[in-house]
Amino acid sequence: MTGAQSMSKSLMTASTGLALAGLLVVSIVAAQIPAAAEKPSVMELLWKWTPLLAQGFLFNLLISFCAMAVGTAAGVLMGFARISLHAPVRGTSWIVVQFFRNAPWLVLLFFVMFLMPFEVRVGGITIPFPDWIKATLGLALPIMANIAEIVRGAVQSIPTAQWEAARSLAFSRRQTLWKIILPQCIKRMLPPWMNWYAILTMATTLASIVGVSEVMTITNRITNAEGRTDLLIPIYTYVLLAFFVYCYPISRWTRRLEARYAER
Amino acid sequence: MDDVAAWFLWLYKATGIKLTIFYDPYDRTRFIQGFFTTLKLSAYCLVLSVVLGAVAAWLAGSRVAAVRGAVAAFVQLFRNTPPLVQLYFFYFAVGPLLPKVGGVPLLGSFGWAVVSLTLLETAFAAEIFRAGIEAVPKATVEAAQALGYSRAQIYRKVVLPLAVRVTMPAMTNNLVNLVKTTTLAYAIAAPELVYMSAQVWSEQVNVPEMMVVLLVCYVTIVGVINQIMQWLEERLRVPGFGQ
Repeated sequence: MTGAQSMSKSLMTASTGLALAGLLVVSIVAAQIPAAAEKPSVMELLWKWTPLLAQGFLFNLLISFCAMAVGTAAGVLMGFARISLHAPVRGTSWIVVQFFRNAPWLVLLFFVMFLMPFEVRVGGITIPFPDWIKATLGLALPIMANIAEIVRGAVQSIPTAQWEAARSLAFSRRQTLWKIILPQCIKRMLPPWMNWYAILTMATTLASIVGVSEVMTITNRITNAEGRTDLLIPIYTYVLLAFFVYCYPISRWTRRLEARYAER
Repeated sequence: MDDVAAWFLWLYKATGIKLTIFYDPYDRTRFIQGFFTTLKLSAYCLVLSVVLGAVAAWLAGSRVAAVRGAVAAFVQLFRNTPPLVQLYFFYFAVGPLLPKVGGVPLLGSFGWAVVSLTLLETAFAAEIFRAGIEAVPKATVEAAQALGYSRAQIYRKVVLPLAVRVTMPAMTNNLVNLVKTTTLAYAIAAPELVYMSAQVWSEQVNVPEMMVVLLVCYVTIVGVINQIMQWLEERLRVPGFGQ
């Protein structure tokens, strides 16, 4: 891609954010017109609720970080199982991965929410599982399965000759994997990993359906409390904009990394 | 059918595994309705999003910069915001603005689910088609131009048929995602599979059983889609492309 092309492309897509921001402004302005003098304007309402919404949004991000960490750790292990030399391990992990990749996220979330105990007793200690931890685990399951596929794909994309060369230098299988294969895989895994992070961040709103007080739940509560129909479009646009501002740079960055690695 | 019902009733009495959807006529009807609503929702969104996606991909290659910019904005907008918030936006914020026909809203929860999911899927389909169109060799397009085809004709008769074949694997993936995303319609009370199952499990208190049934249903639908798409891919294969 030439400089001019990428320039025009980034300009073109920068218009997307402007479009959303524009929609927000237009809807606020349109909402001003019928607003009576004594009622607070939509702008004031949005401003009033911004701290609470921001708090909710940060909670979404917290859930996304935790789910990504758990999902990545479990996914890497599952990815190793997928390339295991032991056939039963390979087969079992294949079934697990297929299952969690093909099941809808919402159903998995329900599954974990309803079927996991709210606390676990180990010896004399009670470990509580609040809703948001359960939601995090529910969201981590599909991430785990997809990360496993990324790991498997990346390992398999390394030429077999490298495994053979490593063996001829008397590296064990574990050493070969950790010291030779995986370091090269990281580059290939990074763009899809980031892509899944963006998808996960957007999926954290599902937690509202199962009763976690994240940004969507808070938004619905605010609209109920205010009971203002002219607030609806601005506030939902506001939430959309928050996610767009967070996720769009990630997706741009992913594209750039992909393009850079593809050139070599 | 009666035998099946009798067996599941026996199963419940013997083991406590409560699958009312097999022997209780009311639950069975609800569940089947939900299942077909999910299929219908997926089918509507699939057809609409493929058509609109093809149009969007065509517009993305327009000579007018404003049109290209608008398509890019639309695609990025829907790809980088949460589908659930989009759904809420349409149903709760845009929905009340529509006029009512005879006291009934013009679009119900099912209608808004179709609109919202179609727009989301259109954004994905447009990107996929875009990649497919770019994969069509320049020489093929130039040959069509030399034969006097117009831009629209080239798109419809030369580029699109080839692009569709290139994009088959990506489209399969997209279709699977669509079916999974229809579960979000639960949030706006569209009577699809998850919603109907939730009604069953909240009345019968058989959450674990219904969860397993739900997961089996979705994994089966996805499996069938994969099979059909694989078959279609082989049927549509053009000699000289792929392996």
